[in-house]
Amino acid sequence: MSQAEMSLPGHPVGTLTAPAFSVPAKKMAMWLFIIADAATFAAVLVAYGFLRNGSPNWPTPFRFSPTVLNAMLMTFILVTSSLTMLLGVRAAKAGDKPAAFLWTMITAIGGLIFAVLHLREWLGMIHEGATLFHNPWGTGLFGASFFSITGLHLLHVTAGVIALVAVGVRYKGGRYGADDLEVLGLYWHFVDLVWMFVVPFVYLLNVAHQ
Amino acid sequence: MDIPDVQPHEPAARYADSITKYIVIYVCILALAGVQFVIAYTHLSGTAMFARMLFVALAEAGLALMFFMHLWGEKRGFVLFVLILTGFVIMAMQYGWTDSYRMELGVPYSQSKPGAVQ
Repeated sequence: MSQAEMSLPGHPVGTLTAPAFSVPAKKMAMWLFIIADAATFAAVLVAYGFLRNGSPNWPTPFRFSPTVLNAMLMTFILVTSSLTMLLGVRAAKAGDKPAAFLWTMITAIGGLIFAVLHLREWLGMIHEGATLFHNPWGTGLFGASFFSITGLHLLHVTAGVIALVAVGVRYKGGRYGADDLEVLGLYWHFVDLVWMFVVPFVYLLNVAHQ
Repeated sequence: MDIPDVQPHEPAARYADSITKYIVIYVCILALAGVQFVIAYTHLSGTAMFARMLFVALAEAGLALMFFMHLWGEKRGFVLFVLILTGFVIMAMQYGWTDSYRMELGVPYSQSKPGAVQ
Protein backbone atom coordinates (compact mmCIF):
# COMPACT_ATOMS: atom_id res chain seq x y z
CA MET A 1 0.00 0.00 0.00
CA SER A 2 1.62 3.29 -1.08
CA GLN A 3 1.69 6.48 0.92
CA ALA A 4 -0.76 8.06 -1.54
CA GLU A 5 -3.22 5.23 -1.02
CA MET A 6 -2.94 5.60 2.74
CA SER A 7 -3.95 9.26 2.73
CA LEU A 8 -7.48 10.46 3.37
CA PRO A 9 -9.49 11.75 0.41
CA GLY A 10 -8.78 15.47 0.01
CA HIS A 11 -6.01 15.47 2.62
CA PRO A 12 -2.24 15.68 2.06
CA VAL A 13 -0.32 12.45 1.58
CA GLY A 14 0.66 10.88 4.88
CA THR A 15 -2.39 12.00 6.89
CA LEU A 16 -3.53 8.85 8.62
CA THR A 17 -5.70 10.18 11.43
CA ALA A 18 -8.97 12.06 11.37
CA PRO A 19 -9.02 15.63 12.76
CA ALA A 20 -9.49 15.68 16.52
CA PHE A 21 -13.20 16.13 17.39
CA SER A 22 -13.82 16.49 13.61
CA VAL A 23 -12.54 20.06 13.83
CA PRO A 24 -10.32 21.03 10.86
CA ALA A 25 -6.73 21.97 11.64
CA LYS A 26 -7.14 25.70 10.87
CA LYS A 27 -10.18 25.96 13.09
CA MET A 28 -8.55 23.93 15.87
CA ALA A 29 -5.52 26.23 15.74
CA MET A 30 -7.76 29.26 16.15
CA TRP A 31 -9.63 27.67 19.06
CA LEU A 32 -6.33 26.87 20.78
CA PHE A 33 -5.20 30.46 20.23
CA ILE A 34 -8.51 31.70 21.66
CA ILE A 35 -8.08 29.53 24.76
CA ALA A 36 -4.55 30.87 25.25
CA ASP A 37 -5.65 34.47 24.70
CA ALA A 38 -8.55 34.01 27.10
CA ALA A 39 -6.04 32.93 29.71
CA THR A 40 -3.97 36.04 28.94
CA PHE A 41 -6.90 38.41 29.38
CA ALA A 42 -8.02 36.54 32.49
CA ALA A 43 -4.55 36.94 33.97
CA VAL A 44 -4.53 40.66 33.20
CA LEU A 45 -7.98 41.14 34.74
CA VAL A 46 -7.07 39.09 37.83
CA ALA A 47 -3.92 41.17 38.28
CA TYR A 48 -6.03 44.33 37.97
CA GLY A 49 -8.45 42.99 40.59
CA PHE A 50 -5.55 42.15 42.89
CA LEU A 51 -4.15 45.67 42.61
CA ARG A 52 -7.57 47.22 43.13
CA ASN A 53 -8.24 45.17 46.25
CA GLY A 54 -4.86 46.01 47.69
CA SER A 55 -4.98 49.77 47.04
CA PRO A 56 -6.57 51.93 49.73
CA ASN A 57 -6.91 54.93 47.39
CA TRP A 58 -8.32 53.35 44.22
CA PRO A 59 -10.17 56.08 42.29
CA THR A 60 -13.61 55.79 40.75
CA PRO A 61 -13.56 58.67 38.28
CA PHE A 62 -15.87 57.55 35.45
CA ARG A 63 -18.84 59.85 35.04
CA PHE A 64 -22.00 58.87 33.16
CA SER A 65 -21.18 61.45 30.52
CA PRO A 66 -18.98 60.99 28.61
CA THR A 67 -17.33 57.79 29.82
CA VAL A 68 -20.24 55.44 30.54
CA LEU A 69 -22.20 56.68 27.50
CA ASN A 70 -19.13 56.07 25.37
CA ALA A 71 -18.76 52.57 26.81
CA MET A 72 -22.42 51.87 25.95
CA LEU A 73 -21.89 53.02 22.39
CA MET A 74 -18.70 51.00 22.01
CA THR A 75 -20.42 47.89 23.37
CA PHE A 76 -23.32 48.31 20.96
CA ILE A 77 -20.95 48.74 18.00
CA LEU A 78 -18.82 45.74 18.91
CA VAL A 79 -21.76 43.38 19.55
CA THR A 80 -23.38 44.52 16.30
CA SER A 81 -20.13 43.91 14.44
CA SER A 82 -20.17 40.39 15.86
CA LEU A 83 -23.64 39.92 14.35
CA THR A 84 -22.52 41.26 10.97
CA MET A 85 -19.52 38.91 11.05
CA LEU A 86 -21.88 36.02 11.75
CA LEU A 87 -24.04 37.04 8.80
CA GLY A 88 -20.94 37.26 6.62
CA VAL A 89 -19.80 33.74 7.52
CA ARG A 90 -23.34 32.46 7.00
CA ALA A 91 -23.42 34.02 3.52
CA ALA A 92 -19.99 32.57 2.73
CA LYS A 93 -21.07 29.08 3.78
CA ALA A 94 -24.12 29.47 1.53
CA GLY A 95 -21.87 30.43 -1.38
CA ASP A 96 -23.03 34.06 -1.57
CA LYS A 97 -19.64 35.69 -2.12
CA PRO A 98 -20.74 39.33 -2.65
CA ALA A 99 -22.89 39.32 0.49
CA ALA A 100 -20.14 37.66 2.54
CA PHE A 101 -17.61 40.28 1.42
CA LEU A 102 -20.04 43.11 2.16
CA TRP A 103 -20.81 41.88 5.67
CA THR A 104 -17.10 41.35 6.34
CA MET A 105 -16.30 44.92 5.31
CA ILE A 106 -19.18 46.24 7.44
CA THR A 107 -17.66 44.32 10.36
CA ALA A 108 -14.28 45.91 9.68
CA ILE A 109 -15.86 49.37 9.61
CA GLY A 110 -17.53 48.62 12.94
CA GLY A 111 -14.19 47.64 14.40
CA LEU A 112 -12.63 50.81 13.04
CA ILE A 113 -15.33 52.99 14.60
CA PHE A 114 -14.81 51.17 17.90
CA ALA A 115 -11.07 51.86 17.75
CA VAL A 116 -11.63 55.56 16.96
CA LEU A 117 -14.07 55.94 19.88
CA HIS A 118 -11.61 54.20 22.15
CA LEU A 119 -8.74 56.46 21.13
CA ARG A 120 -10.96 59.49 21.60
CA GLU A 121 -11.73 58.32 25.12
CA TRP A 122 -8.06 57.79 25.83
CA LEU A 123 -7.24 61.31 24.66
CA GLY A 124 -9.97 62.68 26.90
CA MET A 125 -8.52 60.89 29.92
CA ILE A 126 -4.99 61.99 29.08
CA HIS A 127 -6.30 65.55 28.79
CA GLU A 128 -7.72 65.22 32.33
CA GLY A 129 -4.30 64.21 33.59
CA ALA A 130 -4.41 60.42 33.57
CA THR A 131 -1.22 58.71 32.43
CA LEU A 132 0.37 55.31 32.89
CA PHE A 133 2.04 56.41 36.12
CA HIS A 134 -0.03 59.25 37.51
CA ASN A 135 -3.58 60.56 37.66
CA PRO A 136 -5.30 63.35 39.63
CA TRP A 137 -7.76 61.02 41.38
CA GLY A 138 -5.77 58.42 43.29
CA THR A 139 -3.13 55.74 42.97
CA GLY A 140 -1.03 55.69 39.80
CA LEU A 141 -1.80 51.98 39.43
CA PHE A 142 -5.26 52.98 38.17
CA GLY A 143 -3.90 54.52 34.99
CA ALA A 144 -1.39 51.72 34.49
CA SER A 145 -4.03 49.02 34.73
CA PHE A 146 -6.68 50.92 32.75
CA PHE A 147 -4.47 51.78 29.80
CA SER A 148 -2.83 48.33 29.82
CA ILE A 149 -6.07 46.36 29.78
CA THR A 150 -7.93 48.55 27.32
CA GLY A 151 -4.77 48.91 25.23
CA LEU A 152 -4.36 45.15 24.98
CA HIS A 153 -7.98 44.85 23.88
CA LEU A 154 -7.60 47.73 21.41
CA LEU A 155 -4.55 45.97 19.97
CA HIS A 156 -6.66 42.87 19.37
CA VAL A 157 -9.41 44.95 17.74
CA THR A 158 -6.91 46.69 15.48
CA ALA A 159 -5.30 43.42 14.43
CA GLY A 160 -8.78 42.04 13.80
CA VAL A 161 -9.72 44.95 11.56
CA ILE A 162 -6.55 44.49 9.51
CA ALA A 163 -7.23 40.76 9.25
CA LEU A 164 -10.85 41.35 8.25
CA VAL A 165 -9.82 43.60 5.38
CA ALA A 166 -7.00 41.30 4.23
CA VAL A 167 -8.99 38.07 4.44
CA GLY A 168 -12.12 39.72 3.03
CA VAL A 169 -10.29 41.00 -0.03
CA ARG A 170 -8.57 37.66 -0.60
CA TYR A 171 -11.83 35.82 -0.11
CA LYS A 172 -13.41 38.02 -2.77
CA GLY A 173 -10.45 37.29 -5.06
CA GLY A 174 -10.92 33.56 -4.60
CA ARG A 175 -7.73 32.90 -2.72
CA TYR A 176 -9.49 32.18 0.60
CA GLY A 177 -12.65 30.22 1.17
CA ALA A 178 -15.62 30.22 3.51
CA ASP A 179 -13.66 28.17 6.06
CA ASP A 180 -11.05 30.91 6.34
CA LEU A 181 -13.75 33.49 6.92
CA GLU A 182 -15.27 31.24 9.57
CA VAL A 183 -11.93 30.95 11.39
CA LEU A 184 -11.49 34.73 11.33
CA GLY A 185 -15.04 35.08 12.60
CA LEU A 186 -14.12 33.02 15.65
CA TYR A 187 -11.36 35.52 16.47
CA TRP A 188 -13.69 38.49 16.05
CA HIS A 189 -16.35 36.97 18.31
CA PHE A 190 -13.65 36.32 20.90
CA VAL A 191 -12.62 40.00 20.82
CA ASP A 192 -16.26 40.91 21.46
CA LEU A 193 -16.47 38.33 24.25
CA VAL A 194 -13.47 39.82 26.06
CA TRP A 195 -15.07 43.29 25.89
CA MET A 196 -18.08 41.86 27.77
CA PHE A 197 -15.74 41.36 30.75
CA VAL A 198 -13.66 44.50 30.33
CA VAL A 199 -16.64 46.86 30.44
CA PRO A 200 -18.07 45.80 33.82
CA PHE A 201 -14.76 45.24 35.60
CA VAL A 202 -12.71 48.13 34.28
CA TYR A 203 -15.37 50.73 33.58
CA LEU A 204 -18.54 50.02 35.55
CA LEU A 205 -16.86 49.06 38.84
CA ASN A 206 -15.07 52.44 38.70
CA VAL A 207 -18.13 54.57 38.10
CA ALA A 208 -18.28 57.79 40.08
CA HIS A 209 -21.24 57.76 42.46
CA GLN A 210 -22.34 61.23 43.48
CA MET B 1 -0.98 -2.84 6.81
CA ASP B 2 -4.39 -1.98 8.23
CA ILE B 3 -5.78 1.34 7.13
CA PRO B 4 -7.44 3.31 9.96
CA ASP B 5 -11.19 3.42 9.56
CA VAL B 6 -11.62 7.16 9.15
CA GLN B 7 -14.24 9.13 7.31
CA PRO B 8 -13.77 12.33 5.32
CA HIS B 9 -14.23 15.30 7.58
CA GLU B 10 -17.76 16.57 7.98
CA PRO B 11 -17.91 19.87 9.86
CA ALA B 12 -20.07 19.58 12.92
CA ALA B 13 -20.82 23.30 13.29
CA ARG B 14 -23.35 24.47 10.75
CA TYR B 15 -24.19 28.02 9.80
CA ALA B 16 -27.57 27.23 8.26
CA ASP B 17 -29.69 28.53 11.15
CA SER B 18 -32.23 31.22 10.42
CA ILE B 19 -31.25 34.86 10.72
CA THR B 20 -34.07 35.33 13.22
CA LYS B 21 -32.32 33.05 15.70
CA TYR B 22 -29.10 35.06 15.42
CA ILE B 23 -30.94 38.34 15.86
CA VAL B 24 -32.72 37.02 18.96
CA ILE B 25 -29.35 36.01 20.47
CA TYR B 26 -27.95 39.43 19.51
CA VAL B 27 -30.82 41.22 21.26
CA CYS B 28 -30.35 39.01 24.34
CA ILE B 29 -26.65 39.89 24.50
CA LEU B 30 -27.43 43.59 24.17
CA ALA B 31 -30.08 43.30 26.89
CA LEU B 32 -27.61 41.62 29.23
CA ALA B 33 -25.09 44.37 28.49
CA GLY B 34 -27.77 46.86 29.44
CA VAL B 35 -28.33 45.01 32.69
CA GLN B 36 -24.62 45.49 33.46
CA PHE B 37 -25.03 49.24 33.21
CA VAL B 38 -28.09 49.15 35.46
CA ILE B 39 -26.21 47.11 38.07
CA ALA B 40 -23.44 49.73 38.06
CA TYR B 41 -25.88 52.36 39.34
CA THR B 42 -27.58 50.30 42.02
CA HIS B 43 -26.61 50.81 45.65
CA LEU B 44 -24.74 47.60 46.36
CA SER B 45 -21.53 46.74 48.11
CA GLY B 46 -18.48 46.26 45.91
CA THR B 47 -18.50 42.51 46.39
CA ALA B 48 -22.21 42.14 45.56
CA MET B 49 -21.87 44.35 42.52
CA PHE B 50 -18.85 42.39 41.30
CA ALA B 51 -20.62 39.05 41.79
CA ARG B 52 -23.70 40.18 39.84
CA MET B 53 -21.63 41.68 37.05
CA LEU B 54 -19.57 38.50 36.81
CA PHE B 55 -22.71 36.39 36.56
CA VAL B 56 -24.18 38.56 33.81
CA ALA B 57 -20.85 38.69 31.94
CA LEU B 58 -20.63 34.90 32.03
CA ALA B 59 -24.18 34.68 30.65
CA GLU B 60 -23.29 37.07 27.82
CA ALA B 61 -20.07 35.20 27.10
CA GLY B 62 -21.93 31.89 27.15
CA LEU B 63 -24.40 33.08 24.51
CA ALA B 64 -21.61 34.45 22.31
CA LEU B 65 -19.54 31.30 22.74
CA MET B 66 -22.34 28.82 22.10
CA PHE B 67 -24.24 30.55 19.32
CA PHE B 68 -22.05 33.19 17.68
CA MET B 69 -18.93 31.01 17.80
CA HIS B 70 -21.05 27.91 17.15
CA LEU B 71 -19.47 25.90 19.93
CA TRP B 72 -22.96 24.48 20.54
CA GLY B 73 -22.84 22.89 17.10
CA GLU B 74 -19.50 21.16 17.63
CA LYS B 75 -19.05 17.67 18.96
CA ARG B 76 -19.65 17.26 22.68
CA GLY B 77 -16.06 16.15 23.29
CA PHE B 78 -14.74 19.37 21.76
CA VAL B 79 -17.14 21.50 23.80
CA LEU B 80 -15.96 19.80 26.98
CA PHE B 81 -12.33 20.17 25.90
CA VAL B 82 -12.67 23.93 25.39
CA LEU B 83 -14.74 24.63 28.48
CA ILE B 84 -12.84 22.42 30.91
CA LEU B 85 -9.38 23.50 29.74
CA THR B 86 -10.22 27.21 29.74
CA GLY B 87 -12.16 26.98 32.98
CA PHE B 88 -9.38 25.11 34.75
CA VAL B 89 -6.68 27.57 33.69
CA ILE B 90 -8.75 30.59 34.74
CA MET B 91 -9.77 29.05 38.04
CA ALA B 92 -6.13 28.17 38.76
CA MET B 93 -5.29 31.89 38.63
CA GLN B 94 -7.63 32.70 41.50
CA TYR B 95 -5.37 31.53 44.30
CA GLY B 96 -4.01 34.95 45.28
CA TRP B 97 -7.14 36.87 46.27
CA THR B 98 -6.65 36.46 50.02
CA ASP B 99 -3.19 37.97 49.58
CA SER B 100 -4.66 41.07 47.94
CA TYR B 101 -6.89 41.69 50.96
CA ARG B 102 -3.96 41.16 53.31
CA MET B 103 -2.24 44.26 51.92
CA GLU B 104 -5.08 46.48 53.03
CA LEU B 105 -6.85 44.64 55.82
CA GLY B 106 -3.89 42.85 57.32
CA VAL B 107 -5.64 39.46 57.15
CA PRO B 108 -5.03 36.57 56.89
CA TYR B 109 -1.67 35.65 58.35
CA SER B 110 -0.38 39.22 58.49
CA GLN B 111 1.81 40.33 61.40
CA SER B 112 0.55 43.90 61.19
CA LYS B 113 -2.57 45.38 62.68
CA PRO B 114 -5.80 45.30 60.68
CA GLY B 115 -6.14 48.26 58.35
CA ALA B 116 -2.43 48.83 58.08
CA VAL B 117 -0.96 49.37 54.63
CA GLN B 118 2.55 47.89 54.41
